[in-house]
Amino acid sequence: MDAGAELERDPAPRTEPPDRSAMRAVTRQALSVGIATSAYAISFGAVSVAAGLTVWQTVVMSALLFTGGSQFALVGVLGAGGSGVAAVATSTLLGVRNGLYALQVSRILQVRGLRRLLAAQLTIDESTAVAIGQTDPQAMRRGFWLTGVIVYAGWNLSTLAGALLGNAIGDPKVYGFDAAAAAAFCALLWPRLRSLEAGATAALAALLTVVLVPLAPPGVPVLVAALAAVVVGLFDRRRRGDESSVGDETGVGDGEEPA
Amino acid sequence: MSAWVTVLAACALAYLLKLAGYLVPAHWLSGPRISRVTALLPVALLTGLVVVQTFATPDHGLTLDARAAGVGVAVVALILRAPFIVVVVLAAGTAALLRHFGWG
Repeated sequence: MDAGAELERDPAPRTEPPDRSAMRAVTRQALSVGIATSAYAISFGAVSVAAGLTVWQTVVMSALLFTGGSQFALVGVLGAGGSGVAAVATSTLLGVRNGLYALQVSRILQVRGLRRLLAAQLTIDESTAVAIGQTDPQAMRRGFWLTGVIVYAGWNLSTLAGALLGNAIGDPKVYGFDAAAAAAFCALLWPRLRSLEAGATAALAALLTVVLVPLAPPGVPVLVAALAAVVVGLFDRRRRGDESSVGDETGVGDGEEPA
Repeated sequence: MSAWVTVLAACALAYLLKLAGYLVPAHWLSGPRISRVTALLPVALLTGLVVVQTFATPDHGLTLDARAAGVGVAVVALILRAPFIVVVVLAAGTAALLRHFGWG
Protein backbone atom coordinates (compact mmCIF):
# COMPACT_ATOMS: atom_id res chain seq x y z
CA MET A 1 0.00 0.00 0.00
CA ASP A 2 1.23 3.46 -0.87
CA ALA A 3 1.53 5.07 2.55
CA GLY A 4 2.53 8.44 1.10
CA ALA A 5 -0.61 8.71 -1.02
CA GLU A 6 -2.73 7.61 1.90
CA LEU A 7 -1.27 10.37 4.07
CA GLU A 8 -1.79 12.87 1.30
CA ARG A 9 -5.44 11.95 1.06
CA ASP A 10 -6.22 11.77 4.76
CA PRO A 11 -3.89 13.77 7.00
CA ALA A 12 -6.28 13.66 9.95
CA PRO A 13 -5.02 11.55 12.82
CA ARG A 14 -6.27 7.97 12.78
CA THR A 15 -8.26 7.29 15.90
CA GLU A 16 -10.75 4.77 17.19
CA PRO A 17 -14.41 5.06 16.20
CA PRO A 18 -15.77 8.46 17.29
CA ASP A 19 -16.29 8.67 20.97
CA ARG A 20 -19.59 9.97 22.22
CA SER A 21 -18.24 12.61 24.59
CA ALA A 22 -16.08 14.13 21.84
CA MET A 23 -19.18 14.41 19.63
CA ARG A 24 -21.23 15.98 22.43
CA ALA A 25 -18.40 18.42 23.16
CA VAL A 26 -18.17 19.55 19.55
CA THR A 27 -21.93 20.01 19.36
CA ARG A 28 -21.84 22.25 22.44
CA GLN A 29 -18.96 24.26 21.00
CA ALA A 30 -20.72 24.72 17.68
CA LEU A 31 -23.85 25.95 19.43
CA SER A 32 -22.11 28.45 21.70
CA VAL A 33 -19.88 29.80 18.94
CA GLY A 34 -22.87 29.98 16.59
CA ILE A 35 -25.06 31.90 18.99
CA ALA A 36 -22.33 34.33 20.10
CA THR A 37 -21.37 35.06 16.50
CA SER A 38 -24.94 35.53 15.35
CA ALA A 39 -25.49 38.16 18.02
CA TYR A 40 -23.05 40.52 16.44
CA ALA A 41 -24.69 40.36 13.05
CA ILE A 42 -27.30 42.61 14.67
CA SER A 43 -24.64 45.32 14.86
CA PHE A 44 -23.64 44.59 11.26
CA GLY A 45 -27.21 45.06 10.07
CA ALA A 46 -27.55 48.34 11.94
CA VAL A 47 -24.12 49.65 10.89
CA SER A 48 -24.77 48.75 7.25
CA VAL A 49 -28.01 50.70 6.90
CA ALA A 50 -26.38 53.54 8.85
CA ALA A 51 -23.65 53.59 6.18
CA GLY A 52 -26.31 54.17 3.52
CA LEU A 53 -26.92 50.66 2.20
CA THR A 54 -30.48 49.41 1.82
CA VAL A 55 -31.99 46.63 3.90
CA TRP A 56 -31.92 44.36 0.83
CA GLN A 57 -28.26 45.07 0.10
CA THR A 58 -27.47 44.39 3.75
CA VAL A 59 -29.34 41.08 3.76
CA VAL A 60 -27.79 39.96 0.45
CA MET A 61 -24.35 40.73 1.83
CA SER A 62 -24.83 38.44 4.81
CA ALA A 63 -26.28 35.68 2.62
CA LEU A 64 -23.62 35.78 -0.10
CA LEU A 65 -20.52 37.47 1.32
CA PHE A 66 -20.92 35.71 4.66
CA THR A 67 -17.66 36.72 6.27
CA GLY A 68 -17.93 39.30 9.03
CA GLY A 69 -14.66 41.18 8.62
CA SER A 70 -15.22 41.73 4.90
CA GLN A 71 -18.82 42.79 5.43
CA PHE A 72 -17.93 45.37 8.09
CA ALA A 73 -15.03 46.57 5.90
CA LEU A 74 -17.24 47.01 2.85
CA VAL A 75 -19.81 49.14 4.66
CA GLY A 76 -17.06 50.93 6.61
CA VAL A 77 -15.27 52.10 3.46
CA LEU A 78 -18.54 53.02 1.69
CA GLY A 79 -19.83 54.79 4.81
CA ALA A 80 -16.64 56.87 5.00
CA GLY A 81 -17.23 58.00 1.40
CA GLY A 82 -14.75 55.60 -0.20
CA SER A 83 -15.17 54.37 -3.78
CA GLY A 84 -16.76 51.04 -4.67
CA VAL A 85 -13.42 49.81 -5.96
CA ALA A 86 -11.67 50.59 -2.67
CA ALA A 87 -14.52 48.95 -0.75
CA VAL A 88 -14.38 45.76 -2.85
CA ALA A 89 -10.57 45.63 -2.66
CA THR A 90 -10.55 45.97 1.13
CA SER A 91 -13.30 43.41 1.55
CA THR A 92 -11.52 40.97 -0.76
CA LEU A 93 -8.15 41.32 0.93
CA LEU A 94 -9.80 40.57 4.25
CA GLY A 95 -11.36 37.48 2.66
CA VAL A 96 -7.99 36.01 1.65
CA ARG A 97 -7.77 34.18 4.96
CA ASN A 98 -10.93 32.20 4.15
CA GLY A 99 -9.09 30.75 1.16
CA LEU A 100 -6.34 29.62 3.53
CA TYR A 101 -8.88 28.12 5.92
CA ALA A 102 -10.36 26.28 2.95
CA LEU A 103 -6.97 24.76 2.16
CA GLN A 104 -6.97 23.14 5.59
CA VAL A 105 -10.64 22.31 5.87
CA SER A 106 -10.74 20.66 2.43
CA ARG A 107 -8.31 18.04 3.72
CA ILE A 108 -10.58 17.31 6.67
CA LEU A 109 -13.87 17.25 4.79
CA GLN A 110 -12.88 15.43 1.58
CA VAL A 111 -15.96 16.76 -0.21
CA ARG A 112 -16.82 16.76 -3.90
CA GLY A 113 -19.44 18.32 -6.16
CA LEU A 114 -22.35 20.19 -4.62
CA ARG A 115 -21.19 19.58 -1.06
CA ARG A 116 -17.89 21.20 -1.91
CA LEU A 117 -19.65 24.32 -3.24
CA LEU A 118 -21.66 24.44 -0.03
CA ALA A 119 -18.63 23.84 2.19
CA ALA A 120 -16.81 26.71 0.47
CA GLN A 121 -19.55 29.18 1.42
CA LEU A 122 -19.46 28.01 5.05
CA THR A 123 -15.66 28.30 5.31
CA ILE A 124 -15.18 31.16 7.79
CA ASP A 125 -13.26 31.90 11.00
CA GLU A 126 -15.72 30.13 13.30
CA SER A 127 -16.38 26.91 11.37
CA THR A 128 -12.66 26.47 10.74
CA ALA A 129 -11.73 27.17 14.35
CA VAL A 130 -14.20 24.64 15.75
CA ALA A 131 -13.20 22.02 13.15
CA ILE A 132 -9.47 22.23 13.73
CA GLY A 133 -9.98 22.41 17.48
CA GLN A 134 -11.05 18.72 17.49
CA THR A 135 -8.83 15.68 17.40
CA ASP A 136 -11.29 13.08 16.15
CA PRO A 137 -11.79 13.30 12.35
CA GLN A 138 -15.52 12.73 12.61
CA ALA A 139 -15.80 15.38 15.33
CA MET A 140 -13.83 17.74 13.06
CA ARG A 141 -16.33 17.26 10.26
CA ARG A 142 -19.30 17.68 12.56
CA GLY A 143 -17.67 20.80 14.03
CA PHE A 144 -17.28 22.36 10.61
CA TRP A 145 -20.76 21.62 9.28
CA LEU A 146 -22.68 22.27 12.48
CA THR A 147 -20.90 25.53 13.27
CA GLY A 148 -21.17 26.67 9.65
CA VAL A 149 -24.90 25.96 9.40
CA ILE A 150 -25.76 27.47 12.82
CA VAL A 151 -23.72 30.61 12.17
CA TYR A 152 -25.20 30.93 8.65
CA ALA A 153 -28.78 30.75 9.90
CA GLY A 154 -28.21 32.99 12.92
CA TRP A 155 -26.04 35.49 11.06
CA ASN A 156 -28.65 36.06 8.38
CA LEU A 157 -31.61 36.34 10.75
CA SER A 158 -29.72 38.74 13.04
CA THR A 159 -28.61 40.84 10.07
CA LEU A 160 -32.22 41.32 8.99
CA ALA A 161 -33.22 42.24 12.54
CA GLY A 162 -30.35 44.73 12.86
CA ALA A 163 -31.04 46.30 9.47
CA LEU A 164 -34.75 46.77 10.22
CA LEU A 165 -33.92 48.14 13.65
CA GLY A 166 -31.26 50.47 12.25
CA ASN A 167 -33.62 51.68 9.54
CA ALA A 168 -36.34 52.49 12.04
CA ILE A 169 -34.41 54.83 14.30
CA GLY A 170 -33.13 57.74 12.20
CA ASP A 171 -29.69 59.37 12.61
CA PRO A 172 -27.32 56.55 13.56
CA LYS A 173 -24.78 58.88 15.16
CA VAL A 174 -27.24 59.72 17.94
CA TYR A 175 -27.01 56.07 18.99
CA GLY A 176 -23.26 55.89 18.50
CA PHE A 177 -23.41 53.40 15.62
CA ASP A 178 -20.28 54.90 14.08
CA ALA A 179 -18.42 54.14 17.31
CA ALA A 180 -20.00 50.67 17.28
CA ALA A 181 -18.43 49.97 13.88
CA ALA A 182 -15.01 51.10 15.10
CA ALA A 183 -15.39 48.96 18.21
CA ALA A 184 -16.41 45.98 16.09
CA PHE A 185 -13.17 46.24 14.09
CA CYS A 186 -11.28 46.57 17.37
CA ALA A 187 -12.89 43.41 18.73
CA LEU A 188 -12.10 41.51 15.52
CA LEU A 189 -8.49 42.73 15.70
CA TRP A 190 -7.93 42.11 19.41
CA PRO A 191 -7.48 38.30 19.49
CA ARG A 192 -5.01 38.54 16.59
CA LEU A 193 -2.58 40.77 18.49
CA ARG A 194 -0.84 38.03 20.44
CA SER A 195 2.54 37.89 18.71
CA LEU A 196 5.32 40.45 18.35
CA GLU A 197 4.89 40.36 14.56
CA ALA A 198 1.19 41.13 14.90
CA GLY A 199 1.93 44.06 17.22
CA ALA A 200 4.56 45.43 14.84
CA THR A 201 2.19 45.01 11.89
CA ALA A 202 -0.59 46.86 13.70
CA ALA A 203 1.74 49.71 14.70
CA LEU A 204 3.02 50.12 11.15
CA ALA A 205 -0.48 49.86 9.68
CA ALA A 206 -1.77 52.52 12.09
CA LEU A 207 1.10 54.84 11.18
CA LEU A 208 0.54 54.38 7.43
CA THR A 209 -3.18 55.04 7.82
CA VAL A 210 -2.75 58.20 9.92
CA VAL A 211 -0.23 59.60 7.43
CA LEU A 212 -2.40 58.77 4.41
CA VAL A 213 -5.86 59.88 5.60
CA PRO A 214 -5.19 63.58 4.82
CA LEU A 215 -3.44 62.75 1.52
CA ALA A 216 -5.34 59.93 -0.20
CA PRO A 217 -8.98 59.37 -1.22
CA PRO A 218 -11.15 57.50 1.36
CA GLY A 219 -10.58 53.75 1.28
CA VAL A 220 -7.03 54.00 -0.03
CA PRO A 221 -5.28 54.44 3.36
CA VAL A 222 -6.63 51.08 4.55
CA LEU A 223 -5.43 49.34 1.39
CA VAL A 224 -1.95 50.81 1.77
CA ALA A 225 -1.99 49.73 5.42
CA ALA A 226 -2.10 46.15 4.10
CA LEU A 227 1.51 46.68 3.04
CA ALA A 228 2.41 46.52 6.74
CA ALA A 229 1.65 42.80 6.63
CA VAL A 230 3.93 42.34 3.63
CA VAL A 231 6.76 44.35 5.19
CA VAL A 232 6.63 42.59 8.57
CA GLY A 233 5.87 39.16 7.06
CA LEU A 234 8.78 39.25 4.64
CA PHE A 235 11.15 40.78 7.16
CA ASP A 236 12.61 37.47 8.13
CA ARG A 237 14.23 38.11 11.49
CA ARG A 238 17.06 35.66 12.21
CA ARG A 239 15.13 32.69 10.74
CA ARG A 240 13.26 31.83 13.91
CA GLY A 241 12.40 28.24 14.55
CA ASP A 242 9.11 29.46 15.98
CA GLU A 243 6.77 30.03 13.06
CA SER A 244 3.73 29.16 15.07
CA SER A 245 3.22 32.56 16.69
CA VAL A 246 1.33 33.89 13.70
CA GLY A 247 1.12 30.78 11.57
CA ASP A 248 -1.05 28.76 13.89
CA GLU A 249 -4.13 30.71 13.02
CA THR A 250 -4.02 29.44 9.48
CA GLY A 251 -2.02 26.39 10.43
CA VAL A 252 -0.06 26.59 7.21
CA GLY A 253 3.09 27.94 8.79
CA ASP A 254 4.91 24.63 8.90
CA GLY A 255 5.60 24.12 5.21
CA GLU A 256 8.85 24.20 3.29
CA GLU A 257 10.55 27.38 2.19
CA PRO A 258 9.54 27.88 -1.44
CA ALA A 259 12.40 27.40 -3.91
CA MET B 1 -20.17 52.09 -9.41
CA SER B 2 -23.55 51.54 -7.83
CA ALA B 3 -23.87 50.06 -4.37
CA TRP B 4 -25.39 46.88 -5.84
CA VAL B 5 -22.43 46.34 -8.17
CA THR B 6 -20.07 46.89 -5.23
CA VAL B 7 -21.96 44.45 -3.02
CA LEU B 8 -22.24 41.73 -5.66
CA ALA B 9 -18.63 42.07 -6.81
CA ALA B 10 -17.44 41.71 -3.21
CA CYS B 11 -19.69 38.66 -2.74
CA ALA B 12 -18.43 36.97 -5.91
CA LEU B 13 -14.77 37.57 -5.05
CA ALA B 14 -15.22 36.40 -1.45
CA TYR B 15 -16.81 33.16 -2.65
CA LEU B 16 -14.14 32.55 -5.29
CA LEU B 17 -11.45 32.94 -2.62
CA LYS B 18 -13.19 30.40 -0.40
CA LEU B 19 -13.65 27.97 -3.28
CA ALA B 20 -10.07 28.41 -4.44
CA GLY B 21 -8.86 26.88 -1.19
CA TYR B 22 -10.74 23.68 -2.08
CA LEU B 23 -9.31 23.57 -5.58
CA VAL B 24 -5.61 24.43 -5.31
CA PRO B 25 -3.00 21.99 -4.05
CA ALA B 26 -2.30 22.76 -0.38
CA HIS B 27 1.45 23.14 -0.82
CA TRP B 28 1.10 26.19 -3.07
CA LEU B 29 0.66 28.60 -0.20
CA SER B 30 2.58 26.78 2.47
CA GLY B 31 5.85 28.69 2.38
CA PRO B 32 6.63 30.23 5.78
CA ARG B 33 6.97 33.73 4.34
CA ILE B 34 3.74 33.61 2.37
CA SER B 35 1.86 32.18 5.30
CA ARG B 36 3.27 34.86 7.60
CA VAL B 37 2.12 37.61 5.25
CA THR B 38 -1.34 36.12 4.83
CA ALA B 39 -1.72 35.61 8.58
CA LEU B 40 -0.74 39.23 9.21
CA LEU B 41 -2.96 40.66 6.48
CA PRO B 42 -6.12 40.80 8.63
CA VAL B 43 -4.14 42.50 11.42
CA ALA B 44 -2.94 45.26 9.06
CA LEU B 45 -6.33 45.78 7.43
CA LEU B 46 -8.30 45.76 10.66
CA THR B 47 -5.87 48.22 12.24
CA GLY B 48 -6.27 50.53 9.26
CA LEU B 49 -10.05 50.25 9.54
CA VAL B 50 -9.99 50.99 13.28
CA VAL B 51 -7.92 54.13 12.69
CA VAL B 52 -10.12 55.40 9.85
CA GLN B 53 -13.37 54.57 11.59
CA THR B 54 -12.23 56.18 14.86
CA PHE B 55 -10.31 59.30 13.82
CA ALA B 56 -11.02 60.21 10.18
CA THR B 57 -13.48 62.93 9.17
CA PRO B 58 -15.28 63.12 5.80
CA ASP B 59 -13.06 66.07 4.76
CA HIS B 60 -9.79 64.10 5.05
CA GLY B 61 -9.03 65.31 8.54
CA LEU B 62 -8.23 63.51 11.76
CA THR B 63 -10.13 64.30 14.93
CA LEU B 64 -10.74 63.19 18.50
CA ASP B 65 -14.48 62.96 19.14
CA ALA B 66 -17.08 60.73 20.75
CA ARG B 67 -16.01 57.81 18.54
CA ALA B 68 -12.53 57.81 20.08
CA ALA B 69 -14.06 57.79 23.57
CA GLY B 70 -16.28 54.87 22.53
CA VAL B 71 -13.31 52.92 21.18
CA GLY B 72 -11.36 53.69 24.35
CA VAL B 73 -14.12 52.11 26.40
CA ALA B 74 -14.21 49.18 23.93
CA VAL B 75 -10.49 48.56 24.46
CA VAL B 76 -10.98 48.52 28.24
CA ALA B 77 -13.85 46.04 27.77
CA LEU B 78 -11.63 43.86 25.56
CA ILE B 79 -8.87 43.89 28.19
CA LEU B 80 -11.51 42.72 30.68
CA ARG B 81 -12.46 39.93 28.22
CA ALA B 82 -15.98 41.15 27.58
CA PRO B 83 -17.82 39.34 24.78
CA PHE B 84 -18.03 40.93 21.32
CA ILE B 85 -21.58 42.21 21.60
CA VAL B 86 -20.89 43.84 24.99
CA VAL B 87 -17.82 45.59 23.58
CA VAL B 88 -19.82 46.97 20.66
CA VAL B 89 -22.78 48.08 22.79
CA LEU B 90 -20.53 49.80 25.35
CA ALA B 91 -18.77 51.74 22.58
CA ALA B 92 -22.05 52.83 21.02
CA GLY B 93 -23.49 53.74 24.42
CA THR B 94 -20.44 55.82 25.35
CA ALA B 95 -20.53 57.79 22.09
CA ALA B 96 -24.30 58.25 22.27
CA LEU B 97 -24.11 59.48 25.86
CA LEU B 98 -21.31 61.97 25.14
CA ARG B 99 -23.21 63.34 22.14
CA HIS B 100 -26.35 63.58 24.20
CA PHE B 101 -24.45 65.91 26.52
CA GLY B 102 -23.16 67.88 23.57
CA TRP B 103 -19.61 66.63 23.11
CA GLY B 104 -18.16 65.15 19.90
